[in-house]
Amino acid sequence: MCQSSVLNTDSLSKIDAIVEKYRGAPGALIPVLHAVQAEFGYLSQDVQARVAECLNIPAVKVSGVVSFYHFFTDKAKGRFEVGICMGTACYVRGAAEIVREFEKHLGIKMGETTKDQKFTLSSTRCIGACGLAPVVTVNDDVYGKLTVDKVKDLVQSYREK
Amino acid sequence: MSTVTVTINGQTVDVPVNTTVLEAAKQIGIDIPKLCHLKDLNEIGACRICVVEVEGRRNLPASCVLPVEEGMVVKTHSKRVLEARRMNVQLMLSVHPQDCLKCVRNQNCQLQALTHDLGVREGFPVDYDPTPLDQGAVIHRDPNKCILCRRCVTTCEQVQGVTILGALERGIETVISPAWHGSLGDVSCTFCGQCVQACPVGAIYERNDTQIVWDMLNSEDYVVVQVAPAVRTALGEEFGLPAGTDVTGKMVTALRRLGFNKVFDTNFTADVTIMEEGHELLDRIGKQELPLLTSCSPGWIRFVEEQYPQLTKHLSTCKSPQQMFGALAKTYLAKEEKVDPKVIKTVSIMPCTAKKYEAERPEMKDSGFRDVDAVLTTRELALLMKQAGVQLDRLPEEEYDAPMGMSSGAAVLFGQSGGVMEAALRTLLAAYPERVKLVQNDGVSQVLIDGEQVEVKVVSGLSQARQVLEDIANGKNTAQFIEIMACPGGCINGGGQPTVMDPELRQDVIAKRRSAIKDLDKAAAIAGSHENPAVQRLYETFLDHPLSSKSHHLLHTQYKPKVQDPVKNSHYDHTGTGAN
Repeated sequence: MCQSSVLNTDSLSKIDAIVEKYRGAPGALIPVLHAVQAEFGYLSQDVQARVAECLNIPAVKVSGVVSFYHFFTDKAKGRFEVGICMGTACYVRGAAEIVREFEKHLGIKMGETTKDQKFTLSSTRCIGACGLAPVVTVNDDVYGKLTVDKVKDLVQSYREK
Repeated sequence: MSTVTVTINGQTVDVPVNTTVLEAAKQIGIDIPKLCHLKDLNEIGACRICVVEVEGRRNLPASCVLPVEEGMVVKTHSKRVLEARRMNVQLMLSVHPQDCLKCVRNQNCQLQALTHDLGVREGFPVDYDPTPLDQGAVIHRDPNKCILCRRCVTTCEQVQGVTILGALERGIETVISPAWHGSLGDVSCTFCGQCVQACPVGAIYERNDTQIVWDMLNSEDYVVVQVAPAVRTALGEEFGLPAGTDVTGKMVTALRRLGFNKVFDTNFTADVTIMEEGHELLDRIGKQELPLLTSCSPGWIRFVEEQYPQLTKHLSTCKSPQQMFGALAKTYLAKEEKVDPKVIKTVSIMPCTAKKYEAERPEMKDSGFRDVDAVLTTRELALLMKQAGVQLDRLPEEEYDAPMGMSSGAAVLFGQSGGVMEAALRTLLAAYPERVKLVQNDGVSQVLIDGEQVEVKVVSGLSQARQVLEDIANGKNTAQFIEIMACPGGCINGGGQPTVMDPELRQDVIAKRRSAIKDLDKAAAIAGSHENPAVQRLYETFLDHPLSSKSHHLLHTQYKPKVQDPVKNSHYDHTGTGAN
């Protein structure tokens, strides 16, 4: 049984339950991290430390794997992840201006999350909706043919959710 | 064993199956350069310097990971190979600071030497985003200098079993670091300094404390210096003397000329340690929890505290000789020399990087003053001497000062693995012939104390130390008294010792340092710690007797379990699979 952590007991037991499921499996670390990230949304240092402790592997190995694979993130994501498509079609139709507009209204830079944990601004590769360029996704919602002047209202509509 | 015949640079050679091309070439006198290679430890083909040309192959494979094949025809120094090698060095240099002149490893750097030897005089534009230095502990890191060879990573993991260094991020952003880009001060680093010894460049090094010592020497303070046993048979290397040269007398002269008020020997308190720890063992038999684990090696102490806090009760309460010296200098010496302890400053010269950390432990001030004010490694002492124009080999030989300069042969043995045990048994057997008897003399493995069989054991290197701790935790340990040193082979191979640039020569150098230590013991006028008249006088006039209340106050400490910080956690099993 793992001993110490600054995480609350609910979080601890969630991690412990996930680790328990993979215990004994060779190469358990990556599937455990996937499952834990699915649970918490991101892999904080405390969470990584707990995973290391429970799997009985050095913390630096967990940190190494989390920082190596782009799928893993150690930063909290907001409730709404704004994904701005930076594929070629979207880019030539003004994605860069759209990015600047979102940054202005959200008060954060690309890759960051608002202090109220509501929005995360991220760029995506081509999402295959080039006919709608420029395209922005907010979680699973898709907004095509977006223009700079629509961004403010779009942000506001999610603020109110 | 079946062999394979290969042709290297026109010469044929028969070597066993699975020999690497690198090794096969070595057998016929061909040195293939390399940076990341540590034999049997770090054979990963990462640096691409050891590439060779193999007939019938289009690419240039890394010879350190290329097994020989029957009929293989290899060229190790062809035009194509040399061009590739030069380009690989140029690529490394394009993301490497160009400040060799100011680098801690200037003239002692494998990358610098290779650049020179390959005749690389120009290169690509230098372009990298500087990474901040890690100066959060007694060992500093400069990730900008790092060439990602992983020698420190492998050493930390395989040799020391500590595993606090690893590769983070990927591609051009890869950095060797503790978890989460932390500082060595934030993790369970033991500060043993074996990573410093493994590094081919100037990416990991000890904190430079030479200026602190210069400032002391230029002050009105009464500055005394102590020198650890392992320093005297290694310091000469920094001055071009052959490995294993004993420079004790010349070093004493040099220290005196540097301006230290008194030049003393840590061996004196090594003898005191034997008196205290030997009696602690006698005292613990049948009463307290065994095994008793030695406590001279601060890297080892930190390892227990960080990773096996529940076992700290097994550690001897004796402070290390360095700290005992400091405590006695500010009490006993102050009294003897009639000097106000306020103005006494203690400097120690140690083969160790962890000693800097030990000296800074907050509890190490039982005299009312900090036991040890500054710690220099063997390397830093050499710097100090060079700055003062010392020509070590031309100096006359002088003696240590009294009273804290006299020591036994047993004490000098502290400089190598097994020495504390040997010294302790020597004294216990001679001083207490009624109570302590040798049962079995082959390799001194068992004694009888008060009729109870006491098995003794000697371990060095933290991987082995971990095994001992695991055995204790699992009830599998059979020994009652165990000497443990953090560095493999003991202090002669400490993290603060002169760097041996070519890793292939390192074991030989360490063996020579060890044999010089043994010679010093044989030549010593006093064999056992208890026979040291200066130590006898210390007890008669000051401490009373071993384990007296004064001894306990000044020379002992209580290593307690610390509250574990989960972020620091790095305890793990050695299977490395993550499955358990």
